[in-house]
Amino acid sequence: MSVPKNLKYAKSHEWVRVEGDTAVVGISDHAQRELTDIVYVELPPVGDRVEASKECAVVESVKAASDIYSPVTGDVVAVNEELSRTPELVNQDPYGKGWIFKVKMSDLPELGELMTPNDYAAHIGA
Amino acid sequence: MSLQQTPLHAAHVALGAKMVPFGGWDMPVQYAGILAEHLAVRQHVGLFDISHMGEFLVAGPTAETTLNRLFTNDVHKVAVGQAQYTLMCNATGGIIDDLILYRTAPNEFLLIVNAGNIATDFAWISQYITVNNQSDQTAALALQGPHARQILDPGLAPFHVVRQAVFGKNCWVARTGYTGEDGYEILCDNADAVFLWNEFLKRGATPCGLGARDTLRLEACLPLHGHDITGDTTPVEAGLNRFIAFDKGDFTGRDVLLQQRDHGAARKLVAFQMTAAKCPPPRQHYPVLDAGRKIGEVTSGTQSPTLGCGIGLGYVEAGSAAVGTKIEIEVRGKLFPAIIAKKPLYKRGT
Repeated sequence: MSVPKNLKYAKSHEWVRVEGDTAVVGISDHAQRELTDIVYVELPPVGDRVEASKECAVVESVKAASDIYSPVTGDVVAVNEELSRTPELVNQDPYGKGWIFKVKMSDLPELGELMTPNDYAAHIGA
Repeated sequence: MSLQQTPLHAAHVALGAKMVPFGGWDMPVQYAGILAEHLAVRQHVGLFDISHMGEFLVAGPTAETTLNRLFTNDVHKVAVGQAQYTLMCNATGGIIDDLILYRTAPNEFLLIVNAGNIATDFAWISQYITVNNQSDQTAALALQGPHARQILDPGLAPFHVVRQAVFGKNCWVARTGYTGEDGYEILCDNADAVFLWNEFLKRGATPCGLGARDTLRLEACLPLHGHDITGDTTPVEAGLNRFIAFDKGDFTGRDVLLQQRDHGAARKLVAFQMTAAKCPPPRQHYPVLDAGRKIGEVTSGTQSPTLGCGIGLGYVEAGSAAVGTKIEIEVRGKLFPAIIAKKPLYKRGT
């Protein structure tokens, strides 16, 4: 199970890559393995306000729809349009081409509440 | 309530299966993944643990006439060694359960009932005749797919059953299934389940979970009790008239079913396909609309691995139930186009 060291993690299995005041968000390798066979991703509209720990996107596997919670508060500045055509990128490359949305953060200290890679690895029993 | 385990539980865990509760049982939902397992069954052969299902033996000189009053299909037409899909209704025509009936001897019947309905069915049938519930000592495997006969060939015609040794173990082998493919369902003693499971895997069968079982049966438009058919829906509403023998004499629910057949049911169970290029898969309870007006609800839905689009079953008002009717499915407040399609959505060899 891959848990990259350069990312922060939410308990609900989203990852964050910090690029200045922007947070790139996706779901963890563990999450995509649990969901498997992702067939649809509902992206948040660009410009939407998202709040930490509030649902803002949906990832659907063959079996079920799962909410994605924004790990941070801010405005959505970009979404991965590629996922509309190839949602399976979330399975194939969860930390790369499978990124879901980017948020311009309005509350940077919030990042401190996210889990370190080690804590997240322990959280998922990896 | 603690979940029951089949004799294959440890084997599933050892194969890395993801386990989920289903009908009171802790069952494998998937091993490698639903899509891969689905394709294995459509193209090769898959193996399912269906030991959670119930097995009742009903025997004696009154068995045929009693079961014929309890079930909608005509038991009299089932010869020894044949199987029949049938429905058990309540007095108002609601479906208590759907089941497969095997005539195993002139006066002996084996009934395969849904796991979640074992207690209900047992209590219902026991009001009329003694039921020997063999569910706790019986395991069951389903070997399904176009290559099933390369692994097991008991020389059986479709919908027939035979008592036969399989790899040396005494089994009931039936050429039945719940996937829309050719294949077999094999009933054995609990003690033989792991041995048989491993023999089938060794011969190339792919282990498949309930996730693939659901997508397979949904493409084939086989209803799932508790979802597409329930105690509040009738076989006529569900489009199962060919399993109702109206001419056989009285049976429980007949008056209501006859009324619905002759005067039309208010709602019908239809199959539909999503028509937009990329849209979310339909799920149970999503509203179904016709020109913006709610006409029903989805009872089962998924992304069809074979068709590459969302598919589902649902009840809609009879006036909007014709094949070809354009409808919309409401997903999280948004409408997505769909079309009512001919059942089954998938037929083998097509």
